[in-house]
Amino acid sequence: MDITTQSIDGGFAEPVFNAQVVFRAIMDAIARPGTVQNLPQLARPPAPLSATAGAVALALCDNDTPVWLDPRLQAEASVKAWVGFHTGAPLANTPADAHFALIANPKEMAALDGFAQGTQEYPDRSTTLILLVDDLASGPSLLLEGPGIEKTSMIAPPGMPRHFVEQWKQNNQRFPRGVDIILAAPGSLACLPRTTRIKTMEA
Amino acid sequence: MNAQSTDIATYNFAYLDEQTKRMIRRAILKGIAIPGYQVPFASREMPMPYGWGTGGVQVTASIIGPDDVLKVIDQGADDTTNAVSIRAFFKKVAKVDVTTETARATIIQTRHRIPEQPLTASQVLVFQVPIPEPLRFLEPRETETRKMHALEEYGLMHVKLYEDIAKHGRIATTYAYPVKVEGRYVMDPSPTPKFDNPKMHRSPALQLFGAGREKRIYAVPPFTDVVSLDFEDHPFEVQTFDQPCALCGAENVYLDEVILDDHGGHMFVCSDTDHCEKRQADGQHGHLAPETHSASGKMEPVE
Repeated sequence: MDITTQSIDGGFAEPVFNAQVVFRAIMDAIARPGTVQNLPQLARPPAPLSATAGAVALALCDNDTPVWLDPRLQAEASVKAWVGFHTGAPLANTPADAHFALIANPKEMAALDGFAQGTQEYPDRSTTLILLVDDLASGPSLLLEGPGIEKTSMIAPPGMPRHFVEQWKQNNQRFPRGVDIILAAPGSLACLPRTTRIKTMEA
Repeated sequence: MNAQSTDIATYNFAYLDEQTKRMIRRAILKGIAIPGYQVPFASREMPMPYGWGTGGVQVTASIIGPDDVLKVIDQGADDTTNAVSIRAFFKKVAKVDVTTETARATIIQTRHRIPEQPLTASQVLVFQVPIPEPLRFLEPRETETRKMHALEEYGLMHVKLYEDIAKHGRIATTYAYPVKVEGRYVMDPSPTPKFDNPKMHRSPALQLFGAGREKRIYAVPPFTDVVSLDFEDHPFEVQTFDQPCALCGAENVYLDEVILDDHGGHMFVCSDTDHCEKRQADGQHGHLAPETHSASGKMEPVE
């Protein structure tokens, strides 16, 4: 399939209702960190962008939100064309300019503090990171606590960034500044807002 | 496209256009991620005046889906103009199921009350907020209040509460009583009576706040600490009532005064109409409850 066809295909079949379904899943996930929200396959973006991450981008991004693509996605012209065609979002030149960052290879990703952190007055002006992960259960366990969590909750995404627990601790300390993370797995998603603390990490 | 169509103008689902919804949705997500922080958003003109809940309506319109069940209350009542109008609005523009039953609703839009019945994790409470900035009456400049939030400089608010004590002997604020969210941001809980403040603390339901005129959205995620500001020697207290609801006999609920005649006759009834009606249907009644009410309920099978 040539790039033009690939970039036009695979958007939401019902833009209004599909966007609402995806948003509610994200809202529930960010309000209850660590819970896994199931999501039917609503978007079919070109690889290596996943269906879940593509759907999140379609639901939240538009011409007001510069999007940063990690090198793996950047290398695929069809991904750039798909995101551009369906969302109208401009590509951010640097991670610090991005409102959203799509990251297909979290293991190799740039440090969290390289993304927009917001300011002390406007902490909302920060990057939301959309990390593509294989699942939410097979990696090292992350024990979570913080707002939205009654006692503790647990997720275990594999292939997270290097020194993630340490980086996340620093992200917590920057509060109210900091980045939020959406973990996009096949058929489901979970969120780590900046308020969530990772208690311990089992081997 | 059918050229014969008589629908010359139809609205998008839930009235707002998709770009507006995305913008509001992004603001809601930031609000949840930074509990108590007021996220600026590009509030739209709505087909109702500012002060009638345009902020709440925009939040509800951005989160609602076809499967949601909506309840709207105004000072606890389902049957006042504001509540009826907003319910009718969403019935028309989103064709959603509406209800007055607290337990059935998935989204509850509220003007200044939290239902008496405890909320659950599957519900979202949307508040209509007139003045989102708790420091506004103490410092009119937005640049300054924003700096005060940035520096976590809330001394002025404590001075205000102290002045209340110096003047009145107690903290005289009874509604819009300031709270601190998760130990960081001081937040206006909207003009709910302070009676409802404890219900916000570690509520299992997500709470979203929309201020249309002031263009701010903020949020309290579930299970988040919401602590009313006070002093060690003047701890926070909620209103108490020395008599139960005149219609259903409920105690420990928030009551409204209803004037009965022009000779000073009055009664106190539940502000939460759904709660009151449920109790009366269950056979509970207060000293002014209509005698026939419980009797007529029991007579039904005879008819």
